[in-house]
Amino acid sequence: MAVPPEAAEQAAESHESAGAAHKPHVKRDQVVIRFAGDSGDGMQLTGMQFTSESAIAGNDIATLPDYPAEIRAPQGTLAGVSGFQLNFSSNEVFTPGDEPNVLVAMNPAALKTNLEDLQPNAVIIVDREAFNDANIKRAGYASNPLTDHSLDKFQLIEVDVTKLTALAVHGLGLNNRAVFRCRNMFVLGMLSWLFQRPIDSTIASLKSRFKKTPELIEANIRVLTAGYNYGETTEMFASSYEVPAAHIAPGFYRNITGNSATALGFVAAAAKAGRPLFLGSYPITPASDILHDLSGYKNFPIYTFQAEDEIAGVCSAIGAAFGGAIAITTTSGPGMDLKAEAMGLAMKVELPLVITDVQRAGPSTGMPTKPEQADLMLAMYGRHGEAPVPIIAASTPADCFDCAYEAVRIAVKYMTPVILLTDGQLANGAEPWLLPDPDKLPPIKVEFATNPEGFMPYARDAETLSRPWALPGTKGLEHRIGGLSGENLTGNVSHSPANNELMVRLRARKVEGIIREIPPTEVFGDTEGGPLVVLGWGSSFGPIREAVKRVRATGKKVSHVHLRYLNPLPGDLGATLKRFKQVMIAEMNMGQLLKMVRADYLIDAFGFNKIQGRPFKVSEIEKRINQVLEG
Amino acid sequence: MATALDRKDFVSNQEVRWCPGCGDYAILAAVQKTIPEFGVRPENTVFISGIGCSSRFPYYMNTYGFHSIHGRATAIASGLKISRPDLDVWVVTGDGDGLSIGGNHLIHVLRRNVDIKILLFNNRIYGLTKGQYSPTSEVGKITKSTPAGSVDFPFNPITVALGTHGTFVARSIDIEQKHLGEMLRRAHAHRGTSFIEILQNCSIFNDGAFNDLSDKALKAENQLVLEHGKPLIFGKNREKGIRMNGMRPEVVQLGGAVTEKDLVVHDETNLSLAFMLGHFERPLPTPIGVFYAAEEPTYDGAVNRQLADAKAKQGAGDLRELLRKGDTWTVN
Repeated sequence: MAVPPEAAEQAAESHESAGAAHKPHVKRDQVVIRFAGDSGDGMQLTGMQFTSESAIAGNDIATLPDYPAEIRAPQGTLAGVSGFQLNFSSNEVFTPGDEPNVLVAMNPAALKTNLEDLQPNAVIIVDREAFNDANIKRAGYASNPLTDHSLDKFQLIEVDVTKLTALAVHGLGLNNRAVFRCRNMFVLGMLSWLFQRPIDSTIASLKSRFKKTPELIEANIRVLTAGYNYGETTEMFASSYEVPAAHIAPGFYRNITGNSATALGFVAAAAKAGRPLFLGSYPITPASDILHDLSGYKNFPIYTFQAEDEIAGVCSAIGAAFGGAIAITTTSGPGMDLKAEAMGLAMKVELPLVITDVQRAGPSTGMPTKPEQADLMLAMYGRHGEAPVPIIAASTPADCFDCAYEAVRIAVKYMTPVILLTDGQLANGAEPWLLPDPDKLPPIKVEFATNPEGFMPYARDAETLSRPWALPGTKGLEHRIGGLSGENLTGNVSHSPANNELMVRLRARKVEGIIREIPPTEVFGDTEGGPLVVLGWGSSFGPIREAVKRVRATGKKVSHVHLRYLNPLPGDLGATLKRFKQVMIAEMNMGQLLKMVRADYLIDAFGFNKIQGRPFKVSEIEKRINQVLEG
Repeated sequence: MATALDRKDFVSNQEVRWCPGCGDYAILAAVQKTIPEFGVRPENTVFISGIGCSSRFPYYMNTYGFHSIHGRATAIASGLKISRPDLDVWVVTGDGDGLSIGGNHLIHVLRRNVDIKILLFNNRIYGLTKGQYSPTSEVGKITKSTPAGSVDFPFNPITVALGTHGTFVARSIDIEQKHLGEMLRRAHAHRGTSFIEILQNCSIFNDGAFNDLSDKALKAENQLVLEHGKPLIFGKNREKGIRMNGMRPEVVQLGGAVTEKDLVVHDETNLSLAFMLGHFERPLPTPIGVFYAAEEPTYDGAVNRQLADAKAKQGAGDLRELLRKGDTWTVN
């Protein structure tokens, strides 16, 4: 894109004569852009808006924000860099993309923190004025990277974003700070031109976002348009790019993050059950957005209780479950540790409850804004005593909707707590979601006990082994539940050794019985078996699927099996895996599913693991698959 | 048609298993005797407890009951009451369960003013774990875990409750059945969190901890029964009173120059007075009764009003419509 001087002249000439709309379009199948700037630079908004424009243009998309851990780290520092990555394509997209082709860096720190992720020869667009001595020093550069040839292997495009923004809003009477905050719209306008995205939707969105401050609508639209026109007229871009629309199933789509989809899955489940939803939660990164979303849907009705701590979050939900609400709690790893005792109580008293763990990189406080899949063992075994809890894991942002819904369905049907595992990658990542028809969602049947005749709080359904849900307020069903070992049927306190074993085994059988809810395992690739299957769960779906597709495209045999149900595991999983000569389990931990699969099926599976608070790159898995296949 | 209920309607079929002589029996008796007078139904009543001797309480009530985990009863009760405001929710807890492991939940439920009733049995000892000091045990207490005497400074449940903005704060004594019954009645009538500290004798590990308040020969000299609008008088012959000496309360003998008019008159709506009474220590008598009572909006009431307002403004939730919000587009 950086063009030689003679071409620049031509471009400038063509602008003067006929306008730059005559610049050629270059077709691309796929582009990965990363927007990076100071956390106050509005890069998230820019990224999301560009995503909307791309979705409307018909591309398949996947996005991932990269927030700094600090809310507002000192300006210009490496710690304060906030990023947003978008992968848009003419083909099906499974991940936000490995290595960006385009980086927008609003200051030296943003350049420095993102440079090593870029593809060779990637385009780097910078705000030249932000590369002043102070910022260069703050980012830890010894010399100005724009002039010291360290970027020679990239296509560097320097734009005076700050100055051009100020010119665009000249005369509107905005103060310097307000002007500075419009810079992101200049970049958005410029990129919209570069990739031939219509900006109407962004203009509409600006009008709604700033409806209380009309002067900011005017300013932002002026800057956006100026950026667009600048792209068209500047000599720096010899061509624009076109990423044609993908073949996407027709329908009504919504761009959705995993956390929003999780929240909506719960809303849908409660609505289908015809019961109020109760969320007891304590704010924690990266789960808090579920609480935020649900607190806006009060009319459903939805209760959101911001508790004093993680324990009160889950305990209040248990209280609401006792009263007949669809009860949920949401948290991340550290909060899961704290909720353990209460989960054991819910399991023992057999009340329906969904515990959502938006996993983040641990141990301890770890890297709160980064994803990991290292809470599987915690979910499986992290309670004292024999305390089995069903586990469901979502694999994509939109899949969080289905998994949240399914978690409630199982919790209610089996009168059990259910753990829903998502992670920071899913929570903040977004993808287009083909909206489901609410009428076609599976039914969630809630039946409360009403008949006092022979009522026993721990009598069991013959098929599911679930106990009756008897609500306070129902005459004649007064009963007491509790954490002490309880007698079969009555639930009365009992320390009988044989009864204790009976109850432990009954509850375990009940959870094992959920296997009947699990559809047959799908094999992507060679259903009859083959030399290698990659097994995964959770958010590593995208990179595994893409990697397997790429390797298969070279004619090699590799398959992919992805799990939604982790406890119990699918009944046909062992047999399915045994059809393959080798089983590789790719997960963002030290090998937790690996232990379960080896223990349950005596399969000599091996792991491919990454514990960096970053998702797998497609290329990493691809490379590993090829190594394994080459033996 | 609601028929009048009596004690036996609230007695479960479970054998009561506290130690002989435990003050919990007296408290259970007072609750079972008084609760039918409130006109409530067993099916609409829920007793929730945590862990400890006191927390066995729900098993003995023929109501809905939940014997939960250590310290968390108030959190469970909050979730239940918020989502089921139709229910009468009681929490039974102790000085360990409520003030130690569950201290955080206790202060926050009081702060929020969730409409539940909390009975905190204070025996100033850990009974169920066989005799360690509790957060209300006195400094110097010799227990199994403090052979050289406890160096912990104790909590005062009343001032803790007042300090968290509790809207109904009272104290009674296990064997004072009439007084305890009256406190239960007041607590039940109160809208918001009702907190009663019930001084309770542990006959095994801390026998006689409140002898000076419960022994017939001693109690008149040490108990100060609070009555709203009445002067603070106590003593075997009601011959003593509390007078302010500048900013300090003092005990005075009635008679001669000192008359009832010189005494402090109890006012349940005066938070400063409540704090002062809550801090009474020897040689001042120990007050029992309602320290403070104020009608303030309840948390569950406010939350349910918000839900009702949202429904009135936006209509009942429409799932299809909600799903179609946000950043959407059609692919043809």
